[in-house]
Amino acid sequence: MDCVATGGNVKVLAKAIHSLSRIGEELYLEPVEDGLALRSVNSSRSAFACFLLSPLFFQKYQAPSDQSFRCKIPIKSVQAVFKSLSSLDRSVEKCRIQLNSEKSRLTITLHCKHGLLKTHNLSFQDCESLQAVFDKESCANVLQAQPRLMVDTVLHFPPSQEEVTLSVSSDRVWLRNHVEDDADPRAMMTELSLSSEEFDHFAISTQTSITFCLKELRGLLVFAESSGLPISVYFDEPGSPVILSVMDSVLEANFVLATLSEDSHPKNHGKSNTKHPDTEQPPDDFMNDDMDSFLIAMETSELPGPSHAPTSPPHPTNNRKHPASEEEQEEALAEGPPNKKFCSLFFGSVLPTQSQLTNQTIQSQEVLASDSEDENQAETS
Amino acid sequence: MPLSTQSQADIDQYILIASLDNARNLSNILKAISFKDHAIFNATQNGLKVTVEDSKCLQANAFIQADIFQEYTIKEDAVGFQVNLTVLLDCLTIFGASTTPGVCTALRMCYNGYGYPLTLFLEEGGVVTVCKINTQEPEEPIDFDFCSTNVTNKVILQSDSLKEAFSELDMTSEVLQITMSPSHPYFRLSTFGNSGNAHYDYPKDSDMMELFQCTKLQTNRYKISLLKPSTKALALSCKVSVRTDSRGFLSLQYLVRNDDGQICFVEYYCCPDEEVGEE
Repeated sequence: MDCVATGGNVKVLAKAIHSLSRIGEELYLEPVEDGLALRSVNSSRSAFACFLLSPLFFQKYQAPSDQSFRCKIPIKSVQAVFKSLSSLDRSVEKCRIQLNSEKSRLTITLHCKHGLLKTHNLSFQDCESLQAVFDKESCANVLQAQPRLMVDTVLHFPPSQEEVTLSVSSDRVWLRNHVEDDADPRAMMTELSLSSEEFDHFAISTQTSITFCLKELRGLLVFAESSGLPISVYFDEPGSPVILSVMDSVLEANFVLATLSEDSHPKNHGKSNTKHPDTEQPPDDFMNDDMDSFLIAMETSELPGPSHAPTSPPHPTNNRKHPASEEEQEEALAEGPPNKKFCSLFFGSVLPTQSQLTNQTIQSQEVLASDSEDENQAETS
Repeated sequence: MPLSTQSQADIDQYILIASLDNARNLSNILKAISFKDHAIFNATQNGLKVTVEDSKCLQANAFIQADIFQEYTIKEDAVGFQVNLTVLLDCLTIFGASTTPGVCTALRMCYNGYGYPLTLFLEEGGVVTVCKINTQEPEEPIDFDFCSTNVTNKVILQSDSLKEAFSELDMTSEVLQITMSPSHPYFRLSTFGNSGNAHYDYPKDSDMMELFQCTKLQTNRYKISLLKPSTKALALSCKVSVRTDSRGFLSLQYLVRNDDGQICFVEYYCCPDEEVGEE
């Protein structure tokens, strides 16, 4: 692999990496024919982000001869390369990303003003392809807005605000902070109402209301604002993932975020757990791990054919639908448990049996498929 | 007690009096070497030299020439004492580190001699604060025996170009490796951290390179934790001279321009790490 980005595109690349760093701990890098794919997924697998930088984005783009190459790198170390955005703007003229397969190093070289050459040889791990299953085109509702509108809207929510609820009618959009029922009754509610005229594109076919995390949206906004590209929001009913998308001729960014489903009300969580006494919680983080693989609709490069995973926005079992996945089981072991809120959402869901828990992902997926058929029964029992 | 009301008798007792219209001219440069509490002050007719050391491997010196001070009187050939630098800096900025133009703290620093405290009179907007800092037995600074005749390699760089490199240093690396060579890579800073390694190469014909005098390839490693304090000096400076001698000792000299455009120097010496890097 050998890619060279020049001028302003170096900053775009840096911004993309900073955006991805809001999602997960690791950067998945995969050079393909269509361009360089940079992806990340959060530890609870409820958010996935992908930037595809087309070959035209680069001054030179050469995918590796070995098409199957892909790797993951701690995102912090890549971020360190592009640490100072301001100095990047001022001083970096060219950025080259090369793969040194002999030394197993990814080399990022920054050619700066005054002849200064910064070479970073980053160690990486081989990994499987990371790809979320989503289909923007099938979403019933689409909104498109200039980044400014979104930034100004999100600005009204305090940084500590974790989730927002987006409601749409045929001519308006409301955004309000999501407050759980058991939260402090004195909690402040903030709601903003936007007219359809404020949007570049406004196509709502069903009146609905979805709740998703702000953190990732903020991450994408940073990118969209700096590149001045409009943001599109694709979504269906609560529980299906929302897809935030930014596109221009040489790049595409998709952020796929889980949304809260209507019946995943926090107060039900305790009951849900007691309702399924056969699903004892394993004493360690392994469960989170296996839960993830169970919860998630997967598409992997190595698993065969379309038989095992739904290809359209899936209708899996659970309260919260999880857009992204990865087949490496050990992956999440190193990470801490997902944050509390997500955790509680997981536990509210139907757990697989012990035997299923220990199974590998392929089997988990079968479970996923079968469970999704009797979703309603499971939820209402 | 306004500065003018000190009795003549008091003034007569002092063996060192140094006054500044702008205390920042002293505090800024002392900040550049403040990485340990103990600072050894050495005053001569030429001015003030302040030394701070760490682990017998690192030494920083700040030189404040006599003509930087509006008044500089010394009644002995050499006056030495040691004070707590953190306390001194706190006193010097006792009116706050305000950078409002036109407002500055005036300083009169007096020392009575062995066993007496260092007395600071600080005045801003008609308010005077008197600080007395206990002095300690001065220690003998380490002699790094770094002399210019033994210098093998020397480069002078615009500080801006090094600031970037030092601000981006991978702190997970234990050492900073400095390679200087008459041929490629000329001047290279390398780190070896958790995520991999990084090299910063400065070509000898760069605009940022004011002087390039390298006679032979030299690769030395320095503990990054020891070098980190020097970034304080780097941040203040406009030029830096990087020298290594035949033993691999490192000398970093920083040219610092103060608020009034006068020039002072800060110097860091650092021992090389024992594990010698691959040549």
